[in-house]
Amino acid sequence: MRSLITSVLLGLCCLFGSAHAALDPAVLQGFASEDFGERLAVIGQLGQIGDEDARRVLEALENDSLAIGGGKVLIYDGEKAIDAASGVALEAVPEDIDTLTVNNRMRTAIEAAKAGMALFSTDPTVRLTAATRLRDGVDATTLPLLEKALASEQDAAVHEVLTLAVSRGNLGSGEAAKRLSAAIALADSGDPSVLALLEPRLDASVEPDAAVRAAVADAIRSIERRLAVAGAIGTVFTGLSLGSILLLAALGLAITYGVMGVINMAHGELLMVGAYATYVIQGLFQKYLPGMVDGYLLAAIPVSFLVAALVGVLMERTVIRFLYGRPLESLLATWGLSLVLIQTARTLFGPQNVQVDNPSWMSGGIALLGDTVLPWNRVVIIGFAAFVLVLIWLMMQKTRLGMFVRAVTQNRSMAGCVGVPTARVDTLAFAIGAGVAGLGGCALSQIANVGPAMGQGYIVDAFMVVVVGGVGQLAGAVWAAMGLGLIAKFLEGWTGAVVAKIVVLVFIIVFIQKRPQGLFALKGRFVES
Amino acid sequence: MSAEGGSAKRFVLLGTDYVYPRTTNKILRAFLHSKGVKDEDIMEEYTPFGHSDYQTIIANIKKFASAGKKTAVVSTINGDSNVPFYKELGNAGLKATDVPVVAFSVGEEELRGVDTKPLLGHLAAWNYFMTIKNPVNAAFIKKYQDWAKKNNVPNADTVVTNDPMEATYVGIHMWAQAVEKAKSTDTDKVIAAMGGQTFKAPSGFTLTMDKTNHHLHKPVYIGEVKADGQFNVVWKTKEPIRAQPWSPFIAGNESKQGL
Repeated sequence: MRSLITSVLLGLCCLFGSAHAALDPAVLQGFASEDFGERLAVIGQLGQIGDEDARRVLEALENDSLAIGGGKVLIYDGEKAIDAASGVALEAVPEDIDTLTVNNRMRTAIEAAKAGMALFSTDPTVRLTAATRLRDGVDATTLPLLEKALASEQDAAVHEVLTLAVSRGNLGSGEAAKRLSAAIALADSGDPSVLALLEPRLDASVEPDAAVRAAVADAIRSIERRLAVAGAIGTVFTGLSLGSILLLAALGLAITYGVMGVINMAHGELLMVGAYATYVIQGLFQKYLPGMVDGYLLAAIPVSFLVAALVGVLMERTVIRFLYGRPLESLLATWGLSLVLIQTARTLFGPQNVQVDNPSWMSGGIALLGDTVLPWNRVVIIGFAAFVLVLIWLMMQKTRLGMFVRAVTQNRSMAGCVGVPTARVDTLAFAIGAGVAGLGGCALSQIANVGPAMGQGYIVDAFMVVVVGGVGQLAGAVWAAMGLGLIAKFLEGWTGAVVAKIVVLVFIIVFIQKRPQGLFALKGRFVES
Repeated sequence: MSAEGGSAKRFVLLGTDYVYPRTTNKILRAFLHSKGVKDEDIMEEYTPFGHSDYQTIIANIKKFASAGKKTAVVSTINGDSNVPFYKELGNAGLKATDVPVVAFSVGEEELRGVDTKPLLGHLAAWNYFMTIKNPVNAAFIKKYQDWAKKNNVPNADTVVTNDPMEATYVGIHMWAQAVEKAKSTDTDKVIAAMGGQTFKAPSGFTLTMDKTNHHLHKPVYIGEVKADGQFNVVWKTKEPIRAQPWSPFIAGNESKQGL
């Protein structure tokens, strides 16, 4: 009787167990091995099994939560342990629990295994990333899988990627017809790694069939053409991106130096103030609005403007207004101010760089063709530079304040005679220049370091842009920034970064010698102060 | 180059343009030659100090890596330029599983100012990592964190220890031991007492100062960046390695190997 009960219970256990434990514990035992080869084999097996349990184990492994304890493979989240094979929670966490370390090789294997499973997902975007992932490393094991997926694929985009992937695999096929269709299909690829696959096939000893060789040659030509176009677009984009950063760094200076004639050596520190304002806003969002943390940057834009403008007003009221028309003294005084600002930041935030994260919508990029990627943060910054430029242009051309600023620039005493409050206009114009620098700092925080001395790196570039563009001209600053950005990037691709920097500086020296007034000079009568 | 390390066949040697990266890369190139890597599979690139725009270089690395052989980057980029470099790397979609970057000058302290999500799995080589588990290291970290809190160091609750700190800690202790041995702080007497000093270091080994060249015998660790800005040790030497001031891979150094 007892034995009957036991066997029924056992049977129930088995039934119950098999509903949960689709995984054989013996498969997982390989993880306990010290040998990476065995662990890799387990990952491969899990990929073959491909069910929910296998996926759960792989994900745990990827997130550093797969552990070995008490002779079992466990999923351990720091508090409770779950038996990885059965999915049943353990009552007590074993004493000797130790998390499995994942290295790059295992991570690659995990990604491949997960991609293999995701190929048959119901979500087309999941299938697309999986197919893209597998495309780059087609081998004998993945090829049948990809062919199976291709046969049942409905989505056009995924179908295209799978076709390319299968074609890659078929290039080495024994049948000439398969190789021919593979070579023809690969002509649509924009991936430089396909070139490396195709090139050896031009050799008659590797590829006996003349028709296939011709198709391969055609494919190589079309891929190379596409890559050349993508490369050119990429270079122009990087140039524009560098130009937009130069422009953001220089726009504030174009107002304070260009329009008002103040040599503001503390301009870089106003950028720094804007960047730190962004950092503080990010911290506040993380603390009080964790759900909306991706939106911190939008809130940081007005804040960085206001904070930097406030610092600008303080600088103007306390120091600079006593020094109008005395460039040498204002140069020295503002340099002193810059040191004060750097030390203040160092005291408040510490000497180390602080961490400003890209919001998730600014991470990653648009994959153009092959290996040309336009990163989102740079695309956004180009747009932002254009936005700030339009804002300043409207302010200078369409508002009463802008008109006053232009009037004071052209003839200070005459403007004062007709009732323009020149002192207040000076303060406001300086505040706006400083605020725009703050906006620049907010943008720079997304691509560069945020630290107390970050402004020092931009001050020379900013002056370079304003001087080349022509003092007193916003349009000049735009042309100069974009021109310098593009020249620097085209040269860098050709000579390397070090030589490119030297050549750009030499070019500027020669340019200023020949045309001291810059690209655009203001025409008309001026009262030199 | 091993299967464990990812079987890299092509190497990008990327650095800031000054003597340390240039010399490191000279030795690395000679070492790679001795392992049968040809010049066409090595790309050497330098950037000026404070370079912050890595778009072109990353595009070049991608092009170089797409030639069908596994590529790794050895970075000797200095200081502040690392943040723009890694940010650009992440945004350009180059993951550690595609093109791993091993850095010689990026540690826990540097990663404090970086968003580490895109860096996951990239590598660093040091003689010490904060994550090394042993009682000496636990005590060392505790001591430093308590000191930082007591002295109101900015962001004291997140301070980290790193290799240069550990090296200084070991060095000053060895100096103190040498002073005790010499019974004097006279420079020449301390120098004489310095060679052969040993100290139980937070890196988990008892380090020795070499009798002839006064460099420390140290273990080498390779760590992978984790999401929290710490390192996961993936490889280490079995015992401390004797420092060789003159690389055996550079011609002309043969007579100096005994030093």
